[in-house]
Amino acid sequence: MATVELSFTPLPAHVRTARLVATAVARRSGVDESLLDEVRLAVGEACSRAVEGHQLYCPAEPVRLCLTDLAGRFEVEVTDTCAPGLRRSGGPGGSGVAGDPPGNAAVAAEAGVPAGLGVAVIEGLADEVQINETAAGTSIRMSWPSAGATR
Amino acid sequence: MDLKLDHHSKDGIEIVDVEGEIDVYTAPRLRELLIELVNSRFYQLVVNMEKVEFLDSTGLGVLVGGLKRVRAHDGSLDLVCTQERILKIFRITGLTKVFGIHDTVDEAIAARRAEK
Repeated sequence: MATVELSFTPLPAHVRTARLVATAVARRSGVDESLLDEVRLAVGEACSRAVEGHQLYCPAEPVRLCLTDLAGRFEVEVTDTCAPGLRRSGGPGGSGVAGDPPGNAAVAAEAGVPAGLGVAVIEGLADEVQINETAAGTSIRMSWPSAGATR
Repeated sequence: MDLKLDHHSKDGIEIVDVEGEIDVYTAPRLRELLIELVNSRFYQLVVNMEKVEFLDSTGLGVLVGGLKRVRAHDGSLDLVCTQERILKIFRITGLTKVFGIHDTVDEAIAARRAEK
C-alpha cells in the first residue's frame, strides 16, 4: 500500500503541488537532503509528461501519483491513462517507448531539443527507473535510497 | 509566487531577471517574453537565473528556443547561474556546452563584449 496517494486534475498548475507533496514525503521517509532536489525535479518531469498527455487525449482523467516508503527505499510512481499508441501516433516525440506528448514535443522540436528530454532527465536523476506501458497507459516508477538503506 | 519576470538594458544588452519556478505551468510566460524581446529587436540577451528556484526540461526548451531565435539575428543569449541545483539539469542534458553560463551579469556582459 502506498504511503501517500495523490490524484490531480491534469493541469500544469498542479504539477507544482505534486512536487511539493513528493518532496515532503521523501523527506519524511528519510531520503537524504542532498537528494531531495533530484526527487523534486524527477517527479516534476514525470507529472508534466503525464499532464500534457492527458490534456491532449484524456483531459477528464486524473493523473495519479503513488509515494511509497519501502524498507530502505523511497519509491514514486506516476501513472497516466494515455494509451501509448495515441502518444506514438500523435507527433514527432512519439517514436520511443515513453516519448513526450506531442504538445511538448512540438515546443521541443521548435527549440531543437530532443523529444523525450523529460524522460532522459528522469533517468539521469533517479536511482532506479522503470517505465511500464500497457494499453491503459504508462507508469513511470522511480526510487531513491532512504533511511535504513545499506550503501 | 510562481514566476516573476523583469527586464532592463545594461551596456547595450537586455538583462532578463527571472525569479521563482520555471516549469510546465510558468515556462510559457518566459517564452512569450523572449519572443517579445526578439520581436522588439533585442538580440543580445542575458537571462539572470540567480533567483530561479526550480527549472525543468520545459524551461530548458524555452531557453534553447530563445537562443535559436536570437542566433537567427546573429545575437546571443547567455545565462547567469551559480546554483548547483539549477546547473545540474544543464549538466545532465549536456546543455552546458550550448549556453554561456556566467557567475554574474557583469561577467556575462564582459564576455559578450570580448567576443565582439
